[in-house]
Amino acid sequence: MGKGIMASEYFNEMYEGGEIRVPYARLESWQRDMPAELRSLKQAEAEALFRRIGITFAVYGEGGDPDRLIPFDMFPRVFTALEWSRLERGIKQRARALNAFLCDVYGSGEIVKAGKIPGRLVYQNEAYEKSVAGIMPPRGVYSHIVGIDLVRTGPDEFFVLEDNCRTPSGVSYMLENREIMMRMFPHLFRQNRIAPVESYPEVLRRTLASVAPTKCEGEPTVVILTPGHFNSAYYEHSFLADLMGVELVEGQDLFVEGDFVWMRTTEGPKKVDVIYRRIDDAFIDPLCFRPDSMLGVPGLMNVYRSGGVAICSAPGAGVADDKAIYTFVPEMVRFYLGEEPILNNVPTWQCAKDDDRGHVLDNLADLVVKEVHGSGGYGMLIGPRASKDELALFRQKIIDAPDNYIAQPTLSLSTCPTFVEEGIAPRHVDLRPYCLVGESVELVPGGLTRVALREGSLVVNSSQGGGVKDTWVLAE
Amino acid sequence: MLSRTAENLFWMARYLERAETMARLIEVGARMHLMPDTASGYRSEWESILHASGTYEGFERKYGEMVERNIVSYLFFDRENPSSVASCLSTARENARIVRTALTLPVWDALNSAFQQFKQIQRTPRSDLEIGELTEWTIKQTALVQGTMASTLLRNDGYDFINLGQYLERADNTARLMDVKYYVLLPDAGYVGSGLDNYQWMALLRAMQMHRSFHHAYGGEVTPRKIIDLLILNPQCPRSLMSSIQGATDHLDRLARSYGTATAAQTQVRSLLGELAETQVSDIFEEGLHEFLERFVGDVAEVGSRVSRAYLGGLAA
Repeated sequence: MGKGIMASEYFNEMYEGGEIRVPYARLESWQRDMPAELRSLKQAEAEALFRRIGITFAVYGEGGDPDRLIPFDMFPRVFTALEWSRLERGIKQRARALNAFLCDVYGSGEIVKAGKIPGRLVYQNEAYEKSVAGIMPPRGVYSHIVGIDLVRTGPDEFFVLEDNCRTPSGVSYMLENREIMMRMFPHLFRQNRIAPVESYPEVLRRTLASVAPTKCEGEPTVVILTPGHFNSAYYEHSFLADLMGVELVEGQDLFVEGDFVWMRTTEGPKKVDVIYRRIDDAFIDPLCFRPDSMLGVPGLMNVYRSGGVAICSAPGAGVADDKAIYTFVPEMVRFYLGEEPILNNVPTWQCAKDDDRGHVLDNLADLVVKEVHGSGGYGMLIGPRASKDELALFRQKIIDAPDNYIAQPTLSLSTCPTFVEEGIAPRHVDLRPYCLVGESVELVPGGLTRVALREGSLVVNSSQGGGVKDTWVLAE
Repeated sequence: MLSRTAENLFWMARYLERAETMARLIEVGARMHLMPDTASGYRSEWESILHASGTYEGFERKYGEMVERNIVSYLFFDRENPSSVASCLSTARENARIVRTALTLPVWDALNSAFQQFKQIQRTPRSDLEIGELTEWTIKQTALVQGTMASTLLRNDGYDFINLGQYLERADNTARLMDVKYYVLLPDAGYVGSGLDNYQWMALLRAMQMHRSFHHAYGGEVTPRKIIDLLILNPQCPRSLMSSIQGATDHLDRLARSYGTATAAQTQVRSLLGELAETQVSDIFEEGLHEFLERFVGDVAEVGSRVSRAYLGGLAA
């Protein structure tokens, strides 16, 4: 533990032992021959393009400019076809196992009965939705869009940092980053054979249509349900609706009558069959969950229970991506699929367990501590970079509420060359691919690479100074 | 389409048109203000602009004294004034942002660029900004957005709601612009027909960029009678009440056809069109220009609320 704090010890995805790794072979001359003026010109052009198309990101609780851009780094991150095919198998395997787990725990709970996962962690979990127990959603899919966050520590070492089974965001960046790179550097796309990602919206639409309830006759009507234009991911919601050719609705646009959900249109009510919701469980139906919610649709859950509408992801899917459940995903793969997991978890200590907690408290300065229900890099301690006060604060937090925390070793996240003030420098990256689960399991070759732009920083979250890169998968 | 989408498109177009009118009003104010000093008994030209745009009370509360610089700030930059160019542009953009999916990229691009440029202008020292430049900039931007709408949007129901918004707003706005004259000349009717009177009418024509068209269409001497005919009754004039109501009628007819249902809005707008077709300038003088315009603005507002009831609540049919 604690190894790999010096930058030189990290796996650099472009340079290995002074040699250029194969996937980046054609990028060396590109960056070397680019004059500094051209680079800043291109960078300005990219920013102008992002601003013009309106892709912005508002950070919760930070105030300031609601039209802030996530910084875009022009240096692409590249995988070979071989590297990707292994990742692809691992990601799809994991997405299948997570869905099998969800069907199981809202059904007969075989995995708990078999003693593979403690029942307490599942059934007493805040994310376990008792109100949907016994429901089998169409095609047995709870989580239709699974975002799996991966980090790399060596040529063949990939680890899953966390799963996102509810409504992972960021896919619009995957698509727009590519669009902008193609506009700015068309010759790179002629020189390198890069697998396209542009089919994502169409595959998503097919996936959603494939889980329409049996009561739906004919071509299903699919909508995206958004909390509204003040939401930080609103751009993405409208972007996807546009590319899929479906309506982007808010709670106020929908109502329940009889056995179905309807949307208000200029021609009167129209029946809705599949709702891709981008709002949390707690807000989708004020009659069933939070009564003060203005975002949802009263009565929606009753229609869902009686099979009048499909909700994607299905209510209750969150229990699968809870950090306390995360530890057991490899076990799920073995239990449901009878396969060995292709992708590994990061070793994780549960502060709820006495032994683990002892280890965590003894090695706090070397570990990363996370809140079980936190997200977005908030409420997180990075031991090697924390001050004495911060360490003492977290020690107390863990002692006060051990159930709320897990800890992991400080991973030596790989780096990718990145344009910085002084030229090019290695910066740490992670990867979020988006796996689609419906009638079939699909993965578009690419994902969102996030990069920690601050020197030495390991936090890639956009809310904490992270940026994004285009992610290339080279064709064979 | 979603009722909420229709509503946002409708209001986006209205606010865009309103931004343009505000700019034109500022232009009228500045031009009238340049005239040789007028005798007492006149209201200030700027005051009349505030009255006609319905912003008098808001201004009075905030500034009190009629100072040109403050008035221009209030009408152009002030976000506390819901009718300022700043507020209109930002509301139009907000409406557009909500319904991005119903617009093409060029339309969004034009509107968003205008908004971003506006933020730049706001940062420019006021002493570097001429009123004329501000007006010209606004008119150019709204023309760009309207141009992209005309050249890139599908001719579907969304297009009808956009145009409906634009025509109803234009009908209202042209009526209000003309009403400035009423406020300027009050209380002394003795100035009607004087040289000053004509100068003010010309300022109005210029602000609407109709002064050359006027000569093409009528020729000869500039008289209030001809100007009223041009701006109210002439179907050739793109900003006349007649053209605006004709446009609104066309788009309400199209909606009724494609949805297969007639509406009360359609009935009313048709009768308004019929009335305008039969009106003579002498009838308007007889009723009183101000009274005529006031009644017209009320009728247009009623068409607007009937459109809301028919299409924007989502429970029709």
